[in-house]
Amino acid sequence: MLVAPLIVLLGQSSAGAVDTLCLPGPDKACIAGTLRTEDGVLPDVTITVTDEAGTVQEAVTSDTGKWNVQVDEEGTYTVALDKTTLPKDLDVAKSEITVQAKFGATLPALFDVRTASYDASTSKVDELVQSGVNGLRLGLLLALASVGLSLIYGTTGLSNFAHAEQVTLGGVLGYLFVNSWGLNLWIGGVLVVLACAFSGYFQDRVLWQPLRRRGLGLTQMIIVTIGLSLSLQYVFQYFLGAGTVRVVQDNPSVRTFGSVTITNQSLVAMAISIVVLAAVGFALLRTRIGRATRAVSDNPALASASGIDTDKVIRLVWTVAMGLAGLSGILYALVVNGIKWDSGLQILLLLFAAVTLGGLGTAFGALLGALVIGLVVEVSPVVGMPGDFKYATALLILILLLLVRPQGLLGKPQRVG
Amino acid sequence: MDTIQGILNGMMRETLSPQTAAVAIAVIGLNIHLGFTGLLNFGQAGFMLLGAYGMAISVWHGLPFAVGILFGLGAALIFALVLGVPTLKLRGDYLAIVTISAAEILRYVGRSSLLSDFTGAAQGIPGSQYRTPFTSLSFFGNGSFTLWPFNYLDVAGGAAWVRILGWIVLVALIVGLVYVLRGKAGLAGGAKVGAAVVLGVLAVLLVFFLFPVPNQSTGVNGWWVRFVAWTIVAICTFLVFLLVRSPWGRLLRGVREDEDAIRSLGKNVFSIKMQALIIGGLFGAIGGMIYVLPSSTQPDSMGRSLTFFCYTALLIGGAATIFGPVLGALIFFGCRIGIKYTASAYIPDSVMNAQQTEQFSYIVVGVALMLIVIFRPQGILGNKRELRFDV
Repeated sequence: MLVAPLIVLLGQSSAGAVDTLCLPGPDKACIAGTLRTEDGVLPDVTITVTDEAGTVQEAVTSDTGKWNVQVDEEGTYTVALDKTTLPKDLDVAKSEITVQAKFGATLPALFDVRTASYDASTSKVDELVQSGVNGLRLGLLLALASVGLSLIYGTTGLSNFAHAEQVTLGGVLGYLFVNSWGLNLWIGGVLVVLACAFSGYFQDRVLWQPLRRRGLGLTQMIIVTIGLSLSLQYVFQYFLGAGTVRVVQDNPSVRTFGSVTITNQSLVAMAISIVVLAAVGFALLRTRIGRATRAVSDNPALASASGIDTDKVIRLVWTVAMGLAGLSGILYALVVNGIKWDSGLQILLLLFAAVTLGGLGTAFGALLGALVIGLVVEVSPVVGMPGDFKYATALLILILLLLVRPQGLLGKPQRVG
Repeated sequence: MDTIQGILNGMMRETLSPQTAAVAIAVIGLNIHLGFTGLLNFGQAGFMLLGAYGMAISVWHGLPFAVGILFGLGAALIFALVLGVPTLKLRGDYLAIVTISAAEILRYVGRSSLLSDFTGAAQGIPGSQYRTPFTSLSFFGNGSFTLWPFNYLDVAGGAAWVRILGWIVLVALIVGLVYVLRGKAGLAGGAKVGAAVVLGVLAVLLVFFLFPVPNQSTGVNGWWVRFVAWTIVAICTFLVFLLVRSPWGRLLRGVREDEDAIRSLGKNVFSIKMQALIIGGLFGAIGGMIYVLPSSTQPDSMGRSLTFFCYTALLIGGAATIFGPVLGALIFFGCRIGIKYTASAYIPDSVMNAQQTEQFSYIVVGVALMLIVIFRPQGILGNKRELRFDV
């Protein structure tokens, strides 16, 4: 207990120069925040914290705009910002806020400091358009990965839970080729897709085809994909650590169309996705091998009986699916500007929602499902869903759909079994 | 020699820990789903999270401990209903996709800052807020003790030959135990149970003799929580033993082997599957409550990976067996920490740093999961004929 005031004192004496640290403990709580405007952080601003009894503690923001205060009572604290210490042209919307301190936790107290010229108001329509474009972008990237996932499901009956790791692999290889080795982005991108496609070919050659030949049940195969997913995740973490890595170092340039702001990279990514998806669609509908794929997807036994080499088709499906997942991964890494060991995992849920929504095993269903899921995820926060729950909306739709139309939007009823 | 002793002591500490017991209970629940009924539930961590939240939030907000437990079980029951109604009539992969998604959604909701008054957001609820009613039940008193005071240091001053001999005898006892349990020793009925109990008790005593683990009596991670956790493991194992021997247990296996056959006997397959999902989920919730007692209730600690660890443990021990889940959990946690310690003790830092040994151990876990499913799907104790199920 004696240490607590000491730390506060130390914090005050060194504040304004370096960041101080406040560690909450079983009988201590921290109140902390970072003071920033849309332009940058604000050093040397005085903040006072008053408890219910009226005892005042003072903190001054450090060079990085950070401040913190340690308290040893639970309860309501009033945090006030001293406006006279703010730079001249700045104003704060609400200079007093209250927080509930709890032991063992750091409570954030955030002030909304803005320059005079700042205008935060945007119209609802503009927001909808912007999030719609973002949703389309996410949907297209999801579509790239989920078409492959759906084709694998269709031709082999396997729900590949390691598919998300293939997406991560695309981004990670992009980081390796472009950022570490310094290759040109386009060449690197092509190499990533080729490497990922090869990983699909290789996987089917050494793992999935032998397992199919052994007659391993689908449930067991699903668990094998889980094992693969688990080990790949930790392989990424082993080499990359827990941080985010970027494919390209410089910040992307931004373009504005009316009320929509979008990065150049996103535009190119969307264009590439549309072209590739159209090519896949064309191949499925018009080429011999595409028709064979759809035949295997529809009824493997019948396809095999009519002279289609199912193993060859499945090998091709694995190759293409992993190539597409890799493409999706590097584009995703470019669009959100970074990739982590668990980036793929975060969208696995969306991939499965997309595939199930469209109808398990149908390529065009997956495309449709991915676009719907992408739009839902990005638009739902605008229409009032709390941002934290935007993925929950996608799942809610999935569960409701399974209740009324379990085969998905484009699936056939008999496939549900 | 001392390094090896250190690694083995660490493995011992990990296998005895309440969190191993908690996962064992969750795996017992998962065994009802996957092993006996053939339900592919990838959301067991979600059930654990709900159980933990139910207990932690209630006690934190001043409700009695017993009410908290009921809330946790109730939440898991509702979760099972919500997951089961849309999916149990469909093919198995739908259940897999919906359960894994729903468990992730629960985690996102738990992390949400909107609910920080209830869930404590990403930081979670510190254990000190809900542990007191549990620790105050303890009759172990204060101080610390070693479970079995007589240990290897008391024989010839803990010389190397004492330990090595002990380890060899221990391995022999465990191999013998597995043989007896798998019915290969030619014993049946009472003789089999008797032999298993004798070998088991001897093995446990020898383990305590070789790897003495001192611990606090009551504290945060002391003997009290361990005692309760492992007692509950024993009770749950016994419950499952009774359940699967009952007519209801035969129905479960019937559903796993051939749904249509059970349906043609006039049974309601949907309802049986739902009951299995609920009961297994309740075990998961109990596991979750124990999981958070010695630590804090953090949504991220009960994510997808934990479900996958449960699967690994179940498949190591053997699905559709009584003791498989417990054995699997012990081996899973013991071996993982053993791999980690071995890697950090013998591989130089320039090749693999401390962080990477942790990740290395999980890579091994993933590869082990694949290999087990491919080459020995019945695990250590299982019967291959019982595992031809397909959902």
